[in-house]
Amino acid sequence: MKPAAFSHVRPRSWSEALELVAGGARPGAGTQSLGPLLNLRLAQPDTVADLRHLPDYAGVTLVDGVVQIGAGTTHAAIEDGAVPGRLGEIMAGVARRIAYRPVRNRGTIGGSLAHADPAADWVAVLPALGGSAVAVGPRGERRLALAGFVTGIFETALASDELLRAIEVPVLPAEARWGHWKFCRKVGEFSKATACMLAIPGAPPRAVLAALDRPPLVIEDAGALLADPADEAARIVAGLGQMAPWRSALAQAALRHAAAAASAP
Amino acid sequence: MKRIAIALTVNGKTEEVFAEPREHLADLLRGTLMLTGTHIGCEHGVCGACTIEIDGVPQRSCIVHAGSCDGASVRTIEGLAGDAVMGALREAFSREHALQCGYCTPGMLVVARDIVLRLPGADEARVREELAGNLCRCTGYRGIVRAVLGVLADRRAGSSRAEPR
Repeated sequence: MKPAAFSHVRPRSWSEALELVAGGARPGAGTQSLGPLLNLRLAQPDTVADLRHLPDYAGVTLVDGVVQIGAGTTHAAIEDGAVPGRLGEIMAGVARRIAYRPVRNRGTIGGSLAHADPAADWVAVLPALGGSAVAVGPRGERRLALAGFVTGIFETALASDELLRAIEVPVLPAEARWGHWKFCRKVGEFSKATACMLAIPGAPPRAVLAALDRPPLVIEDAGALLADPADEAARIVAGLGQMAPWRSALAQAALRHAAAAASAP
Repeated sequence: MKRIAIALTVNGKTEEVFAEPREHLADLLRGTLMLTGTHIGCEHGVCGACTIEIDGVPQRSCIVHAGSCDGASVRTIEGLAGDAVMGALREAFSREHALQCGYCTPGMLVVARDIVLRLPGADEARVREELAGNLCRCTGYRGIVRAVLGVLADRRAGSSRAEPR
């Protein structure tokens, strides 16, 4: 199995990377999603711009209560505790369940988010954590809310000449409660339904339902789901319109399980 | 398609090769460098047969393409022949009938070695979770899980003996 021919370029600076992308190059990070698509010839770019060697592409910094995670930070680094505090605990738990360790060793949080596979883990989880995606483009940097970053199946709010440079997430108090549930028939396979809920004392709980045939559903005030998980999960899923009975049942189960975990003491 | 020059370290030796950017690392290792211990299964990152060490950690060599390997340091199953942990795993795999056809074995061993070194306290459930990315169609996994658990137990027993009491 061979990809269609492409040329490979390794930009050394962000400006060089942006020029390549403006010229139509496909950005690649760990290529743990793009690699299979290349091999299967579902993606046939003329050029792949390998972002892995850009300055500050990977790494985690904490400034003024906001954790900035370089887009090139691997899932394995997050699994192993690169993000500090309660937020880090939550993210490590999510990272550990992404695919398999050899994939997590190369795959990156930014690559996965920008790829925007509806079943991907960070696509489902980051909107619940709040914060923003840091995009860099020819006009400079801008911040896009993570809650609206993924706009469709393999579609994001990034402009075609922009790159995802980092993800910024606010730190969480130790009391923040978290529920995350996804359904995989086998460890590591793509999720068939994912939901998560973040409940910070004194603020409305936020929930996300993902792995749907649409962008993730972000529920900014999921108080009703915490109070009455079964009825509210049914109401939320019914609001998404027609879907196969098994899909509807799994989506409701995901919401109920996430809410139950987030309400546990 | 134009070939590009790639310099990488393979099993401690510097190699300079020419490859098309689209060639994946497993093909490069097997075809150009004749290191056929790395096996190719699904070629889209699912089966784990091609798992090798890249820059010190297990990775899939089928979804890493040649262009991105310039400057990388790679260790294949051949390069782990003299490794002590791998030696213990080979013995345990043989003892527990952890292989039949052997197709999955190189990738399985690379991941097993990572489990033993990274998760010294792993129990059976964790070992099974960590092995989930490597498919074996012969053994039903029981022998493989027993082999990894055996090496973990031996190492725990060894380290507790070494600790002063």
